[in-house]
Amino acid sequence: MAKVTDLNVNGKKLRVDVDPQTPLLYVLRDHLNLTGTKYGCGESKCGACSVLVEGVVMRSCVTPVQRVSGKQITTIEGMEKDGKLHPLQEAFLKADALQCGYCTSGMIITAASLLNKNPKPSREEIVKHMDANICRCGTYPRIVNAIEIAAGTRKEVAE
Amino acid sequence: MSDDDLGLDLEVERYELFAGPAYNFNFNRRQFLKAFSGGIALIVPMSNLVARTLQQEQGESGGGRGNQRIPNDIGAWIHIDESGTVSAFTGKVELGQNIRTSLTQAVAEELHVPLSVVRVVMADTDLTPFDMGTFGSLTTPRMAPQLRKAAAAARETLIALAAEQWKVEPGTVRIENARFVNHDASKSLTLAEVAKGQKLVKTIPPDVAITPVNNWTVAGTSAPKVNGRDFVTGKHQYTSDMKREGMLYGRIVRPSALDAKLVSSDTKAAQAIPGVIVVRDGDFIGIAAPDQQTAMRAEKAIAVHWQAPGQPGNDQLFDYLKKNAAGNRVSGRPVGSVEDGMKAADQQLSQKYTIAYIAHAPLEPRAAVAEWTDGKLTVWTGTQRPFGVRSELAEAFHIPEEKVRVIVPDTGSGYGGKHTGECAIEAARLARASGKPVKLVWTREEEFQWAYFRPAGVIEVTTGVKNDGTVIAWEFHNYNSGASAIQTKYDFPNQNIQFHNTKSPLRQGSYRGLAATANHFAREVHMDELAELVKMDSVAFRLKNIKDERLKAVLEAAAGKFGWDRKKTEGRGRGIACGFEKGSYIATAAEVSIDAKTGRVKLERVVASFECGAIVNKMHLHNQVEGAVVQAIGGALFENIQFSNGQVLNGKFSRYRLPRFSDMPVIEIVLLDRKDLSSAGAGETPIVGLAPAVGNAIFDLTGTRIRSLPLAPDGVVSHG
Repeated sequence: MAKVTDLNVNGKKLRVDVDPQTPLLYVLRDHLNLTGTKYGCGESKCGACSVLVEGVVMRSCVTPVQRVSGKQITTIEGMEKDGKLHPLQEAFLKADALQCGYCTSGMIITAASLLNKNPKPSREEIVKHMDANICRCGTYPRIVNAIEIAAGTRKEVAE
Repeated sequence: MSDDDLGLDLEVERYELFAGPAYNFNFNRRQFLKAFSGGIALIVPMSNLVARTLQQEQGESGGGRGNQRIPNDIGAWIHIDESGTVSAFTGKVELGQNIRTSLTQAVAEELHVPLSVVRVVMADTDLTPFDMGTFGSLTTPRMAPQLRKAAAAARETLIALAAEQWKVEPGTVRIENARFVNHDASKSLTLAEVAKGQKLVKTIPPDVAITPVNNWTVAGTSAPKVNGRDFVTGKHQYTSDMKREGMLYGRIVRPSALDAKLVSSDTKAAQAIPGVIVVRDGDFIGIAAPDQQTAMRAEKAIAVHWQAPGQPGNDQLFDYLKKNAAGNRVSGRPVGSVEDGMKAADQQLSQKYTIAYIAHAPLEPRAAVAEWTDGKLTVWTGTQRPFGVRSELAEAFHIPEEKVRVIVPDTGSGYGGKHTGECAIEAARLARASGKPVKLVWTREEEFQWAYFRPAGVIEVTTGVKNDGTVIAWEFHNYNSGASAIQTKYDFPNQNIQFHNTKSPLRQGSYRGLAATANHFAREVHMDELAELVKMDSVAFRLKNIKDERLKAVLEAAAGKFGWDRKKTEGRGRGIACGFEKGSYIATAAEVSIDAKTGRVKLERVVASFECGAIVNKMHLHNQVEGAVVQAIGGALFENIQFSNGQVLNGKFSRYRLPRFSDMPVIEIVLLDRKDLSSAGAGETPIVGLAPAVGNAIFDLTGTRIRSLPLAPDGVVSHG
């Protein structure tokens, strides 16, 4: 039973006609063609589906779309502004903090939520905040480096 | 052709899961063959596999169908279009190992063009030359030289054309930054102006000269990931992101367990849902629906009853493997006489090591988008064997291979776990029935239950050692894991090394490194046990038995960087391991601590030293070695498939523990660059040293010797 839900995604106001219990992940990917947010596990254990809701990270695979109605949602597609990459996006490239790239959207979004509340996190704080995200390719050390570069707490990229 | 003839240091046999038909559909008769039965592991002798690969690469006709010849005309590999873009074609697949970038470097180097001018077209069975598959760490040692040769031949052909236009000697023409210039640069032409978009039909001369390592200016640099921007912006379309016009979403009704037979089913309620198509073909029940939610709803509405036979579980596993090996094929040739060696030994040791099944758990699960158009089937899917999957599809649907096209977008990893085409076949079956394109993305649970695992194993080692540290007799039996790296680079005078084929309760196949992890674990823990027996230091004991300079070099580099000669840190244990696989060398040192109260193991520090000949891209190589170490932590410490009666019991991320940020030790990588040696692949070997180094470190700290992987299933070391 579909119902129209008002959404605010990456600064755009939209209406979607879906069952209000539909996980936000599928609304983004299948109905709004925003496929940057990924399915990894379906039980909020891997972070691939992470989005920002009013600057705070949420797992879209277990979030019914009606719960975020009217709230400001940011996906990976919304990180770039006028063709300019977000500092985290730049930093991930500079630190070569990806291999297959499938976890990368979730990592960048989750890191953004950390920097939103703690602009200069320590290494320990980064590890603690990011621990809920999985990178099976094992680029964790490089992701930590990338976040430090974006936060300005690290200059050099130690190879 | 034997492995010796090929000059290769390879195992005789290896489990590469070449899927026989996963499905055999027949739309007239209800016929269904299932190859999901536990225990069916198709063994392809590695010597055949490699022989065929190399034959093809040398242009001889390989076995099998006619279109499996490796083409020798330049245009099959390199094309320059009217805009001056250089396209390089390869059947290899990009899974995050960054060969897209390293192959771009190779082509750009030979053609003297900027990286941005080169576009590598990968893994499209209609566009790219035949390829056996992306496995075996073969891209760097085989595909890169192939593309270099084609690019060099293209360069020479085009230089000749430019020279003809200017009526000068070809020797006075060169390419500089994508332009042809004459001797004093008074004349120049663009690539496009010379190539004119024509197909380059000339044959690649067998003796075409490629740039020697010492003259590398593009390879050997840390070129950034070619399309990195697409991945940090979410723009890259993985198979699971794709949409086709009119596309439906698929779901498969899965059996209750391996080897389950369908007893009864009721699909009426599902069929009544608007827009839902239910496909029945023997035991196969699939759904196609206009959206995912409807497909899931339809799946829930289907009542099914399966019957599965009783099957072994974890407790019976290792006995089952040994029992079912009796009378099966054994491979291996003895060296010297183990019997004599044992007689000459001062001490003897006999130990058993066990290895659990683990899962690949690629973050992007299996996915496929299938579309039939005028009798031709196109499937986009994340597989490591596009041509192999094309064959599987042709076989499943009884159509010629020319009517099947498989395309592999850069995929969300594989680690050896995506060789087979189950998902492609399932999607194609649903598309055929519905007359519309169908996207099928496996759930995480399906990826655990219905794919395949790294083989479990039992390894028995019996050895004799002299008190001066010489290992004088070495008897090594591997049951089920495989023969990768079963041969050793140690200099043992008497050896009897055997791999025993057996039955497996679970479906198994290649996993990054294959059996090299299991064999290095058993070997390197055993070496430590021998060192202990003769009261020698772990590093000194190994050096005593090594003649191979390259193995010595990585071992000494790892020990040096680790500070092996320094006084040990209080409350820390240390361990070391070294080895060789697929043309490259690894040594890994590890330091652990254990919480006195809880017994929780913490991996504090890892030093990995790696050498694979001439380094093509240092940054990406560093990334690969580091990533392999991180992945190895899981298999070493806690990854373990729990199963019973054909069901995987921990097949989701909330139950199957994977390495996370908090599991990371300090990782230091030492890369040895041997410009005098040809480049070997690096995707696998770095994974093998971690587990034994950690096991040895735990012993060093606690005196407890653990001979099974995972070493600490619940994160805790049980003091036995």
